[in-house]
Amino acid sequence: MRHLSTAFALLAFAAGCASAGARTTTAAVPQQAGAPAPAAGQDTAGIGPQYPSTYQRHPNPPVLIRNATIMTAAGQEIQGGSILFKDGRIVSVGTNVQAPSDAVVVDATGKWVTPGVIDTHSHIGVYAAPGTFAESDGNEATRPVTAEVWAEHSFWPQDPQIPLAIAGGVTTIQALPGSANLIGGRSAVLKLVPARSVQEMKFPGAHYGLKMACGENPKRVYGQRGGPSTRMGNMAGYREAFIAAQAYRRKWDKWNKDHQGDPPDRNLRNESLAEVLRGNIYVQNHCYRADEMMQMLDLAHEFGFKIRSFHHAVEAYKIADVLAREGTASSIWSDWWGFKEEAMDGIYENGALLQQAGARVVIHSDDASGIQRLNQEAAKAMYHGRRAGIPVTRDQAVRWFTANPAWVLGLDSLVGTLEPGKMADVVIWSADPLSVYARALQVYNDGWLVYDRNDPTHQPKMDFTLGQGEHP
Amino acid sequence: MIAFLLAQTIAITGGTVYPVSGPKIDNATVLIRDGRIAAVGTNVAVPAGATRIDAAGKWVTPGFIDGAGQMGLREISAVQNTNEATLRGNEVAAAFNVLEGINPASTLIAVNRMEGITSTVAVPNGSLIWGQAVMIDLDGETIDAMRVKSPVAMVADLSEGAKEAGGGSRAGVAQRLRRVLNDAREYATRRADFRRAQIQPLSASAADLEALQPVLRGELPLMIVANRRSDIETALRIAREYKLKLILAGAAEGWMISGEIAAAGVPVLVEPMDNIPTFDALGIRYENAPLLARGGVKVALMETATENTRDLRQQAGNAVASGMTWEQALRAVTLTPAEVFGVADRYGSLDAGKIANVVVWSGDPFDFSTGVEHVYIRGREIPLRSRQTELLERYKTLPPKY
Repeated sequence: MRHLSTAFALLAFAAGCASAGARTTTAAVPQQAGAPAPAAGQDTAGIGPQYPSTYQRHPNPPVLIRNATIMTAAGQEIQGGSILFKDGRIVSVGTNVQAPSDAVVVDATGKWVTPGVIDTHSHIGVYAAPGTFAESDGNEATRPVTAEVWAEHSFWPQDPQIPLAIAGGVTTIQALPGSANLIGGRSAVLKLVPARSVQEMKFPGAHYGLKMACGENPKRVYGQRGGPSTRMGNMAGYREAFIAAQAYRRKWDKWNKDHQGDPPDRNLRNESLAEVLRGNIYVQNHCYRADEMMQMLDLAHEFGFKIRSFHHAVEAYKIADVLAREGTASSIWSDWWGFKEEAMDGIYENGALLQQAGARVVIHSDDASGIQRLNQEAAKAMYHGRRAGIPVTRDQAVRWFTANPAWVLGLDSLVGTLEPGKMADVVIWSADPLSVYARALQVYNDGWLVYDRNDPTHQPKMDFTLGQGEHP
Repeated sequence: MIAFLLAQTIAITGGTVYPVSGPKIDNATVLIRDGRIAAVGTNVAVPAGATRIDAAGKWVTPGFIDGAGQMGLREISAVQNTNEATLRGNEVAAAFNVLEGINPASTLIAVNRMEGITSTVAVPNGSLIWGQAVMIDLDGETIDAMRVKSPVAMVADLSEGAKEAGGGSRAGVAQRLRRVLNDAREYATRRADFRRAQIQPLSASAADLEALQPVLRGELPLMIVANRRSDIETALRIAREYKLKLILAGAAEGWMISGEIAAAGVPVLVEPMDNIPTFDALGIRYENAPLLARGGVKVALMETATENTRDLRQQAGNAVASGMTWEQALRAVTLTPAEVFGVADRYGSLDAGKIANVVVWSGDPFDFSTGVEHVYIRGREIPLRSRQTELLERYKTLPPKY
């Protein structure tokens, strides 16, 4: 997974981090005088769009993919199926689909089709290749609470890891700050397309996430730097931050209501946290151990917010019943374990046990290599679950890397399944995507053919890659 | 030892057998006796009293061998005091043999062998010369019981990871390695002078220089970690200069010069899923393993995330998806690593007389739908249990059974 010399160094600190995301449309915040007061709970509390998405759909003709095995992630596996999409939207899916005369027809006989892969946990762009200090932009590890930072302000759209992920069928990612901090900042939810700026990639209408981290990492990073140095210190740190945010929110809610006097001073940290309290920013919580996840659920109850997903969650199976009841998803690896102490109890059957309990399962990567094979990771988790006697359907396993991560990002009405009206994020696979031998052949993002394994003119290269590593 | 005391005869019958040393044999029997393979074929008489394993519809292969990891040398990589792989403070750690650092009670062993990995190469980590790697079987209560061969290779680094040891320059690294090898040669002819301090100071201790003698004699392979094409070429050049038996590890840009590597008769250890560019290897790509194999290079695979050495299967499957033939990939996790590390007389294929490391799979060992049905190490049937299966057992219904 890494070059030998570095792989043998401690890989745990390099990778296993988690973070939270951010979204485009909201801000907890301050309004300019005279603007209409935002209602609590709405995504309009702010001063208008900040750093707005400039994403635009790439114009392309309608596409009909015919005679494929279509795994819709909506309950169906259609043999000899066709899918038509036009203007970035799926028009129809089934065995009897008519193509308009201007459609590009793709014969996918013997091939498989799924929705675009969605990763709830990526650090590409913020920890870009070639992995030098110059590109280490994922952890604002200067103080334990940095809710004020936004991953999009670190994101490098020329990261050469982006095309690799696209070639793995990925169409949407949540790029997260790292897990050094108790509260690491806002995530960026992005369409994974070649672009000159992160704004051109920002998923329109997506909610920001907020990266929070439990356990070893904040302790390790701040233990000798003023704390926290313990798990109880971690908890106190979250609580203090949200207490401040409560006061901030009250101040702004009052001012937005009566507009008396000058508006309160803006505070970027509290803006992010107040939006969590309003339900507009989703908490994305790096947390390995079951007992710590229970603590975090209590924290969420104390302040009245929801944890949208635990990330890594290697012990989620121990509290699958609780997670189902709370409606908190688990973004997990299939088999990572043992690289750090809080990851000791990882088991292959984590996903299957969560699924069986009715909890929401997401296969995530947290890794620039793993993001290229999320389908394989889901397959590993599904088959190991089945061998342990835990039923998991193929549709469920596909949902683990499509529909369920879409829900975690609040995008489940837009992407994640192959249903009419959904965004045309579509992957054609060379074989059953739950086999190790499958490779993405074509990847459509919003109807745009962003990758074609057999056509070098549809294999995007980042600027960095030009002229590099391509000796004749 | 227990395996030998309880010597028994096991007949795995009716499976599709992949001996690796030859073509697959349908409906064949693998007979195991006293820890060795006694016979393989369609016409094998099963002795009375043998334990019969019905493998109809199953696939039977040699146990998989991981080409490089740190099994037994690190329990939790982030917990420093569970790590034994690095001799700190010695950039030329040639005398450092990791064998006695191996923990036979490591929980990683059971987790990985039940997925069909039966032997691994435990490699030290370090700076310029990392030390001596050893091969172990993933069964045994003692280090002696686990040992397959020690050492199997001297390990050195010519990648960017070694630059500090070369004063910050790749050229410095290569020159320092040559200086050490020159001094080891000189030491061999002037041991008495060295003891009496009658020669100028040499670049390593007597123990380290002594440990390099089998390398200089071409008896012990020098495994060199190199990823950039130019570093690989430096490794080939140094091996030619000193007539060393070379193994390349990493070799991320090896695909660019597969002909040169093949012509030198140098085998490589690669990790097929590794494709993230760094300045050490901007040309890294998924297709490295298949392109090397196609170029005639002897390729063995490795999974360097030691706790998940079991993902060697996935590495192999992805090598196939990237263009390696399935047969090449199977060989790359069985007979080829056995050859590379000089144990092919005992390991790596299903042939009479070899050590009985055998796996019965429900199907294609590289694909996720396949489960492991039986694992034999030195003829002992390995229980398919680990602390992970115990955690599953405890928590599969909630509340848990404490």
